[in-house]
Amino acid sequence: MEKRYINKEGLSKWFSSILNAGKRVYAPVRYEKDEKVDFRQVLSLDEVADDYVQTTMSAKAAIFPRAEVLFKYKSEHKGEMTLEDFNPDNVPETVVWKMRPCDAAGFISLTDILNTGYEDLLYKTHLDKTTLVSFSCAKADDFCFCTSVQGGPGETRGSDIQLTMLPDGGAIAEIITEKGEALMKLSEDAFLLDNGEDKAKYLADVPVYFDIETLQGKLKDAFNSDIWKEQSERCLGCGACAYVCPTCACFSIEEDPHGTQGARLRCWDSCGFKMFTQHTSGHNPRAKQSQRWRQRILHKFSYMPDRVKDFGCTGCGRCSRACPADMNIREHLSSIVK
Amino acid sequence: MSKIEEKAVQMLGGDVKTVLGYEKGSKGTRPFFCHTTEDAAKLVYDENASTNLAAYLVKQEIKDEGKIGVCANTITLRAIAQLASENQIDMNSLALFTVLDEGKGDVKDFASVDDINAYLADKPLPDSEKYDNLDKKLEAMTSEERWTFWVNEFSRCIKCYACRAACPLCYCTRCITDVNRPQWINPWPSPMANMEWQVNRVMHMTGRCIGCGACQNACPVGIPIGYLSRKMLVDMSKEFGYIPGQAMKDGNSLSTFKPDDQENFIH
Repeated sequence: MEKRYINKEGLSKWFSSILNAGKRVYAPVRYEKDEKVDFRQVLSLDEVADDYVQTTMSAKAAIFPRAEVLFKYKSEHKGEMTLEDFNPDNVPETVVWKMRPCDAAGFISLTDILNTGYEDLLYKTHLDKTTLVSFSCAKADDFCFCTSVQGGPGETRGSDIQLTMLPDGGAIAEIITEKGEALMKLSEDAFLLDNGEDKAKYLADVPVYFDIETLQGKLKDAFNSDIWKEQSERCLGCGACAYVCPTCACFSIEEDPHGTQGARLRCWDSCGFKMFTQHTSGHNPRAKQSQRWRQRILHKFSYMPDRVKDFGCTGCGRCSRACPADMNIREHLSSIVK
Repeated sequence: MSKIEEKAVQMLGGDVKTVLGYEKGSKGTRPFFCHTTEDAAKLVYDENASTNLAAYLVKQEIKDEGKIGVCANTITLRAIAQLASENQIDMNSLALFTVLDEGKGDVKDFASVDDINAYLADKPLPDSEKYDNLDKKLEAMTSEERWTFWVNEFSRCIKCYACRAACPLCYCTRCITDVNRPQWINPWPSPMANMEWQVNRVMHMTGRCIGCGACQNACPVGIPIGYLSRKMLVDMSKEFGYIPGQAMKDGNSLSTFKPDDQENFIH
């Protein structure tokens, strides 16, 4: 990893050169009317929001879109079908600018899910063509718990480049991967020598709330525990938590037919929905909310680390912020560890 | 021992297995299912809580648990009265009470929908200022501007259906958006599908919505969807002569036929 310093003018110059290279840039933008901040395609650095803790949605959609066409089909003559497959060439080179370290780490979990054993062409294409520029966190709130799930406000896992903003408007730049290096090279002269600043000084303080290994251990025998019902009683069963999550990867396959032509899509889904596991026979293996909550927690904190090493949670706290019933995941996990 | 705790302890000593109310949470108060007399001390009353507790009472897995005590705030009472009028709640399976003077006063029991309606008579709908401000803004727009406003708002919709889950009156066991043969509404977010979903949601609520705003409070991306149902509620109550936020005694306006309807086309 290479460490450099980039000043305020340099940042602006580098950002312009990224846009000039024809890359699609997603960055956090503040909605006009309220305090919410979310990723949007931007055309200038002025559009990028400042001074917030977390975007409502994670950066997930940049690589794993909310809905994506797998292929299109058309039948012009009876019995004949033409197929238009997913074309990787149509996926633009993309930069996600100013994502949180927890969002960048989220792509490690997503890659585990979607690219272990079988390489998902759509996901892989987006991932290969996307460069992740994370900004370390100077601010955190009570919903943040990255340090409890192997992350941190300055964690670089998953990021291609990480910037730590300095009081002078410049930043410490850590160039982590080859992709990051290629992005830096678009404006290499903007990147000055390391000025010796220690980034630790500029990071938010995020307390460790629980020990993740203890949690994983406790979950091994927890399948039949009463805690699932106790914790999930107030869950309303909406999908907000899954949709704002940087690592949730459940999807459904949907059809968009129009007469003799149509498309098949992959769309985000949520294991919190009753319909998610409903069989055609009418049987539902997860008919109760408590069973669906158990699945959510065990998948992220037990099944995933067992199978692919990484946890399915980066402690971003979005699910807790978004939940209309205040299902605070950090509290729930802490109470399991206790 | 607080009055609410006292009441819960007394209920749990009888035929009530669970008292549903509120407890302190990480974002103000949150819904709380109290099963034991020890836990009753955690119960607090919150007149301004945004989660409408009635949303839980229509769930089969909660109904299956038997008689439930409910420490209801005003929006919850409104929804329970409406649900009872739609035969979705059996008042005999509930032990319903509230705490007067925004939680500072005495405990008041409700045995019937009439009791609820009498109590609600002088209670205003919540968030009227927020609603009026947006109403003024939207009424000043041309219809094209209004369309653009909503298309823009709905462009953020992620189809998480938190609005559906938080609404006590959205109780279909199979929602129209979950039907795929035929697929009435595309389940993925797109400008048209987002609009279709909200039009459907709001129209299904029209003449039934009690204006609690739970849909809007639940929306993680902050779309002012509560306004739409509220607007219909206000307009409908004028046209059909009912009190906004109170269940109609003789059935919902849009699903009830009357031979003496003032409109000729229906005869």
